[in-house]
Amino acid sequence: MSRVYQYILLMALVTYLIRALPLTLIRREIKNEFVKSFLYYVPYATLAAMTFPAILSATDYFWSSVVGFAVALVLAFNRRSLLTVAGGACAAAFVVELFIR
Amino acid sequence: MKKNFGENLGSIKDFKVGCIEAIPICLGYIAVSFAFGIEASKIGMTTFQAAMTSLLNVTSAGQFSALSVIARNGSFVELAVLQFIINLRYMLMSCALSQKLDPKVGTLSRMCISYGVTDEIFALSVLKKGRLYPMYSYGLIVVSVFGWVFGTILGAIAGQLLPQRLISCLGLAIYGMFIAIIIPDTRKSRAVMGVVLAAMALSTVFTYVPLIADTISSGFRIIIITIAVAAAAAFIAPIGGTVKNSSGAPAGGEQA
Repeated sequence: MSRVYQYILLMALVTYLIRALPLTLIRREIKNEFVKSFLYYVPYATLAAMTFPAILSATDYFWSSVVGFAVALVLAFNRRSLLTVAGGACAAAFVVELFIR
Repeated sequence: MKKNFGENLGSIKDFKVGCIEAIPICLGYIAVSFAFGIEASKIGMTTFQAAMTSLLNVTSAGQFSALSVIARNGSFVELAVLQFIINLRYMLMSCALSQKLDPKVGTLSRMCISYGVTDEIFALSVLKKGRLYPMYSYGLIVVSVFGWVFGTILGAIAGQLLPQRLISCLGLAIYGMFIAIIIPDTRKSRAVMGVVLAAMALSTVFTYVPLIADTISSGFRIIIITIAVAAAAAFIAPIGGTVKNSSGAPAGGEQA
């Protein structure tokens, strides 16, 4: 078997175990209030950290990213659906790039 | 069939809802994995190998980082450790997801759901109101992974099939989705607002302050910020207290 396939299988194994072990081993509801609170806040912290400032370089141009970001914030703050927010951000960036390019 | 006794997997409707809600993920994934496909073909991987990598791993940061190790024939230990560190955040996510599942959900279902724990699928799953049904997760996974693998193949084969200006804009889709998930709840809970702002501020510091940015990889950055901010928030505002304080409406993640 070529080395490339060994690489692929190895990384797949490591990544899968990371995902599967907690899900299969933790069966009971966690009662500890700190742990529950911690897990409740995890997605907000992770997604916020992943979004900003990375979103500023998501497109080819800084300003199309900034406008897309702003549009997404406004739409999300007004509780629009996932598709509307994501699509609105992309469309706004596309319009800005029409003028920049 | 005996194994399903007492286990509520959800319905076909849950599966369909999952499929529809995964469309933004799918579009974002096509854009991101398209870039991965191009990079993979650059280091000499075949289209099949690139597609296989995407199908078996489903992790953007992990796959991109692996390319440099594979390109220079790095050691297996290095690759394994790199993947472990970069993907460690999935462990936190799986822990959180385990709390959303009915304790009766069986091992096989859990092993299937585990396959699809990515940042984006996790985000939709964990903030789903009430219990998480496996059928909903399967819907999310099927459509998302389709986009991830399809984009990889397109990228690997065509190099540049889509015009660059379209790819550029599609890069925002994933972030737009993250924003749609975290921002609405900031209106209901000041603690969530604090968490979002603190995480973004710290992330900015980690990205731009020279000494820190050079030493801490993007994978570690997310791990450190997540643990620090979520722990601080759990200490300052445990959910038992904050959830009902403002309007009386329960905040997003509380079990209905």
